[in-house]
Amino acid sequence: MSILKQLEEESIYIIREVAGQFNNPCLLFSGGKDSITLLHLAQKAFAPASIPFPLVHIDTGHNFPETIALRDKLVAEHDLRLIIGSVQDDINAGNVIEEKGKHASRNSLQTTTLLNTIESYKFDACMGGARRDEEKARAKERVFSVRDDFGQWNEKLQRPELFDMLNGMIQNGENVRVFPISNWTELDVWDYIRQEKLEIPTIYYAHEREVFLRDNQWMPVSKYVQVEDNDKRQVTSVRFRTVGDMSCTAAVLSEATALDDIIEEIGGSKFSERGARMDDRRSEAAMEERKKVGYF
Amino acid sequence: MELIKIATAGSVDDGKSTLIGRLLYETGSLKTDQIQHIEEKSTARGFGYLDLSLATDGLLTEREQGITIDVSHIFFSTPKRRFIIADSPGHVEYTRNMVTGTSNAQASIILIDARKGVIEQTKRHFFITQLLGIKQIIFAVNKMDLVDYNEAIFNEIKSALLILTEKHGKEGVNYYFTPVSALHNENIIDASEKLHWHKGAPLLSLIESLPIETNKAHDGAFQIQYVIRPKREELHDYRGFAGNVRSGSFTVGDPINIHPTGRKSIIKRIEKYGNPVDKITAGENGTILLVDEIDASRGDSILNQQANINKGKSLSATFCWMQDSPLAVGNKYWLQQGVQRSLVKVKSLRSKIDLQALEHQQTNQLELNDIGKGALALAQPIISKSYADNPALGAFILIDPQTFNTAGVGFIEKA
Repeated sequence: MSILKQLEEESIYIIREVAGQFNNPCLLFSGGKDSITLLHLAQKAFAPASIPFPLVHIDTGHNFPETIALRDKLVAEHDLRLIIGSVQDDINAGNVIEEKGKHASRNSLQTTTLLNTIESYKFDACMGGARRDEEKARAKERVFSVRDDFGQWNEKLQRPELFDMLNGMIQNGENVRVFPISNWTELDVWDYIRQEKLEIPTIYYAHEREVFLRDNQWMPVSKYVQVEDNDKRQVTSVRFRTVGDMSCTAAVLSEATALDDIIEEIGGSKFSERGARMDDRRSEAAMEERKKVGYF
Repeated sequence: MELIKIATAGSVDDGKSTLIGRLLYETGSLKTDQIQHIEEKSTARGFGYLDLSLATDGLLTEREQGITIDVSHIFFSTPKRRFIIADSPGHVEYTRNMVTGTSNAQASIILIDARKGVIEQTKRHFFITQLLGIKQIIFAVNKMDLVDYNEAIFNEIKSALLILTEKHGKEGVNYYFTPVSALHNENIIDASEKLHWHKGAPLLSLIESLPIETNKAHDGAFQIQYVIRPKREELHDYRGFAGNVRSGSFTVGDPINIHPTGRKSIIKRIEKYGNPVDKITAGENGTILLVDEIDASRGDSILNQQANINKGKSLSATFCWMQDSPLAVGNKYWLQQGVQRSLVKVKSLRSKIDLQALEHQQTNQLELNDIGKGALALAQPIISKSYADNPALGAFILIDPQTFNTAGVGFIEKA
């Protein structure tokens, strides 16, 4: 069995466990390449039936329009149920306060909206496209990761996961985050997208865009980013390696307009994927700290 | 390309993190920003070298204490193989993590500090690899630089290890003994001049060429995870049993029976993700459709009629206990084997293993990190085999009925 086949089998087994073990699961869908891969795996897992759970998008309101366009297209084409948790609504309701200043980002505000959405729809399992190769705290994550009533992740109280046996039994109020593509690498995801001919947001491909250099990162110019007078703006060919919010996702200089070029580029890249995520660069343990309070 | 999962085990300070960091660094698996981070940290701590252990010590709590507290999954690859390292910490109190990390591994690297030789931890680690039936074991004697790359010291450690493997090793296990210095990159990637007396391959070549075992049991056993019933007019009669082949294989036309009802039928069609296939084999997923309209649900099994599988309501097992409240006679738990579950009651406890002397002693309960033998009575019959004959049907977890935590793991013994 090829590695890609092996990973696909493992992921589909996990997704079917979620449908089998939980009453009210959902798939967290950001519109990025990982969640597109996850959605495709879920569709395979239940073919010829449609997937037995809704997609949940935690919308920061600062998304790339290209991502939203593809999200809506996929939902319409495959007759999916989409639930949107809106960060803007939580800001308007005073549940969270918008960050200020030039490094402001809505990334960490997502946690509140995510937890509220889980609570109001009473989801008992939320699948996400996180991978262990992304970040140190992720490397310790279980496939079934139990969160308490407050959505918290406690690395010392993680359930041991033995063989392929997944224990999804939980107490009232608890929920489980599930990571079916835990063992995939960034390159596996790209190889799979190529193999399965999946459509991804156009911003993953090289395109002309106005950017400026901040902390050695090419940030896209948008109404969501505070560009200062001495920031040098320029239009150049870039693409995005991850798709977060426009306020915290940096572009990389690239001429890769086709999947083959992207895969070649990533294979030879000297920088890690999350190196272009300003939200992770805030502190050495940024991801771990966010996970402890209920982040994905 | 192949994928191999390797578990690593060692004690505090025997350089395990440095070894893994070294493998990552030398195979080009660390990215520039990660190396930069290691450089900055190494300098800040006043080291005159790259502290590669920083590549894997993940969590804040760990970095504060300078130790590893949980199983970490580390990826790297060479042109020959993809590796997933399950890095388990070496502290006594975290034995459960080692069992967990090793449960998905096909090989194990046990680290030994050349200055200390075989210690209690080494024995414990070795014992766990044997409990889990690991067939490829590498004893890596690290920190050879601190004993002047002395051959006699290495041979002495090797002799002590041979006594251990002879006494407690299972049949059919391959052992590899290799001296290394992870800090100075000796005998990790390339053969070392300082260790010229060592004839074996360097560690990386060794793990690139380890044989990968597969489950050879023939018993056709398929566990149902989910019943697919499309809500569409044209597929009104479609009833697909989606699940996973634990062992053996299934072909269209095979006569089968359902566990636990015992109903017999024949496989009409096998699908993988909506498309028909002729056959599915161990480890694969599939969707099975039968010629008869038979009722079966999640947790039930489809068995090959020739399969020789136990379906009893009692079993004997070796347990490894993983939670604070102890396993005691009379306690009830949920047992989960693959995807099937049953309530169980602890009928008896025969012994527990003294992990220092590796001897059995009598006991009436198993505490956190204890390993012992006992018997269970089941509320519902489950399909099973001994762990030695068929690992995919021979291991189970026990779930605490109050907290729902995974309380322990069991390995079924031969009836």
